[in-house]
Amino acid sequence: MSDKSHDPNQMTGAAMIVRALIDHGVTDIFGYPGGAVLPIYDEIFQQSHIQHILVRHEQGAGHAAEGYARSTGKPGVALVTSGPGATNMVTPLTDALMDSIPLVCISGQVPTHLIGNDAFQECDTVGITRPCTKHNWLVRDVNDLAKVLHEAFYVATSGRPGPVLVDVPKDVQFATGTYHPPRKSDVHRSYAPRLKGDATQIRKAVALLASAKRPVIYSGGGVINSGPEATKLLRELVEVTGFPITSTLMGLGAYPASGKNWLGMLGMHGTYEANMTMHDCDVMLCVGARFDDRITGRVDAFSPGSKKIHIDIDPSSINKNIRVDVPIIGDCGNILGDILQVFKAEAKKPDIKSWWQQIAQWRARNSLYYKKSNDVILPQHAIQSLFEQTRGKDTYITTEVGQHQMWAAQFYGFEEPHRWMTSGGLGTMGYGLPAAVGVQVAHPDSLVIDIAGDASVQMTMQEMSTAVQYELPIKIFILNNQYMGMVRQWQQLLHGNRLSHSYSEALPDFVKLAEAYGAVGLQVHKPADLDGAIKEMISVKRPVLFDCRVAALENCFPMIPSGKAHNEMLLPEQANDEATAKAFAGGKALV
Amino acid sequence: MNQPASAYFIEDRHDPNETHTLAVLVQNEPGVLARVIGLFSGRGYNIESLTVSETEAQKHLSRITIVTTGTPMVIEQIKHQLDRMIPVYRVVDMTLTKRSIERELAMVKVRGQGEHRVEALRLADAFRARVIDATTESFVFEITGNTDKINQFIDLMRPLGLVEVSRTGVAAIGRGPEGM
Ligand SMILES: Cc1ncc(C[n+]2csc(CCOP(=O)(O)OP(=O)(O)O)c2C)c(N)n1
Ligand SMILES: [Mg+2]
Repeated sequence: MSDKSHDPNQMTGAAMIVRALIDHGVTDIFGYPGGAVLPIYDEIFQQSHIQHILVRHEQGAGHAAEGYARSTGKPGVALVTSGPGATNMVTPLTDALMDSIPLVCISGQVPTHLIGNDAFQECDTVGITRPCTKHNWLVRDVNDLAKVLHEAFYVATSGRPGPVLVDVPKDVQFATGTYHPPRKSDVHRSYAPRLKGDATQIRKAVALLASAKRPVIYSGGGVINSGPEATKLLRELVEVTGFPITSTLMGLGAYPASGKNWLGMLGMHGTYEANMTMHDCDVMLCVGARFDDRITGRVDAFSPGSKKIHIDIDPSSINKNIRVDVPIIGDCGNILGDILQVFKAEAKKPDIKSWWQQIAQWRARNSLYYKKSNDVILPQHAIQSLFEQTRGKDTYITTEVGQHQMWAAQFYGFEEPHRWMTSGGLGTMGYGLPAAVGVQVAHPDSLVIDIAGDASVQMTMQEMSTAVQYELPIKIFILNNQYMGMVRQWQQLLHGNRLSHSYSEALPDFVKLAEAYGAVGLQVHKPADLDGAIKEMISVKRPVLFDCRVAALENCFPMIPSGKAHNEMLLPEQANDEATAKAFAGGKALV
Repeated sequence: MNQPASAYFIEDRHDPNETHTLAVLVQNEPGVLARVIGLFSGRGYNIESLTVSETEAQKHLSRITIVTTGTPMVIEQIKHQLDRMIPVYRVVDMTLTKRSIERELAMVKVRGQGEHRVEALRLADAFRARVIDATTESFVFEITGNTDKINQFIDLMRPLGLVEVSRTGVAAIGRGPEGM
């Protein structure tokens, strides 16, 4: 007894949690207290290594942790109480699972002897979060806690990253046990993600690349997740091969938008040249992307004439939607490095001049064209103007979900990875504002802007209060079209323009709302005032709600109607009633 | 479920379905079976049969045997999805190895008198089913074999007064000296 009391590794479960966070290099966590986590909050109170950011809703903690993770490459950490605290985390956990974001969530649970009794604020947290985490644990013995916490960090950040949850009953937080620092044996022996690509497959890939006449590189969020080395290698590969490159929504910034081989984003709202290049190519190199339905359109008409190489760390992504010819399982960075090495040693730059000429013709269609106006602000113009004025600044962009998100992806040029935080897989309205909070916590001196929609932003608006409390000068740039624009667009195109419940009735006065929170409110109506107002927004060193009134009925083009092929996209200048009706015929049932 | 889960496969693809038996070696920890079952229901895969039991107590290893159906592409997905679960050590497609033995045990209760009773006993004998309980008006047979054999036996018992059946589901193991 007396021996043990001097052992520095003897501590309570609550102390172990804080200690493990410190041992994993965590400096900031996002959370909300409650009965089942009070012992942990008591420990947080008595230390100064970790800053705790108090959010206003647990969903906010989750998205803030996601923003933090995506902008730093480090895991984000959230702490919530049992019952409603845990259920409020379901959306961000699912969001992080879909977008492969490393998240560690610690939740309190009722004491072990009450589990299963329908105790106050009890819920089956591990049951509820099982399908929305990469893995989760309920810790019933304080002596298992250190191992589980270390394993949780490892699982979240290794292989294909993702969210994990550790559920800790209150009695386990109070109990005393033995802590140990992270060590190798803390990890399941059954979990060993493969990192190195198969050498034979890599040779096959290089042979295909070297013989390509009409190649394309299609990269995704996996490149960014893999780390700075992968981005560097991707850029080098484009340089060495001279191939055109496009990217998914999640992958923007891995190759710079100003780069000469850049085709713009692909997919449902991608550029004409990106989608046509994908459709007509003869060799496709997919790096860290997963042939999602927003990308492929109609699968049986997807890039019909190409040989496909697919690099992915998750074997279950291979041949899931699209059959590929050369799968390579492993870490993008590793494999790109190997491909480059073999390519440089054994191949030379294929001559693809005529392919580039073809691409230039597609590019000349100018598929992102829109008509500026002197009377109303076009949303595309607002993003372009925001881009021009933040160019060269140390800027991070988050978004909500809807038309504004797609316009941001189309018109904001990303030069670097980790600068673009958006909810891709789940499409979570309400993601952007709390994500901006998380990004700003990680990068206190940077310019952090949430490109928002008038409807989405109201889903997590309460986090403005968090921003004010912690003096986080986030800028919420609302493209206010007074509609759930994306819903309205689909209703117009697919449901006879019956605008069922997509009008933003009773919008709050965003300027007054900002002021009520103790933030700054700005509003602009006229194109002529836009630049000045954006300048002002940037110069204010406080949180800003920027109410940018834009054309209400603008649609987001180009668009591949659901279930159509890449070469059946609808371009803005063609989108008259008749062409639209034809393009969307038969697609109603699809999402 | 004929196709992978994608919004674009609303028209049926007509790849033929196949039946595969998968042996899954897992860490025996709380929730592991729920994870596996949740994967199947969540992604719309079929479970024809599922058995699970701890097989190596000291190492906390359990073996789950799953019989599932789907197109070759879906079967491939199922194996990868299982394999990427954290507590899963190995997934072996016993059907692909073509060297596996599959067995199932069933207990079959039959109630009847006179000719039916005699006939039931006679058939049980032919199928090498054992009588493990008997009353003057009923038998419980124990039968082991592959799924087809058991189905056939049950079909034959139906007109003879079949009352109920309890089946273990399929267990499978590879032939020869090597383990999985
Ligand atoms: C939580 C959630 N609920 C519903 C949806 C469906 N949805 C997608 S976009 C959208 C409208 C978004 O409106 P707004 O934020 O004003 O953006 P806009 O399209 O007008 O730019 C809706 C309701 C969603 N993506 N997320
Ligand atoms: Mg809107």
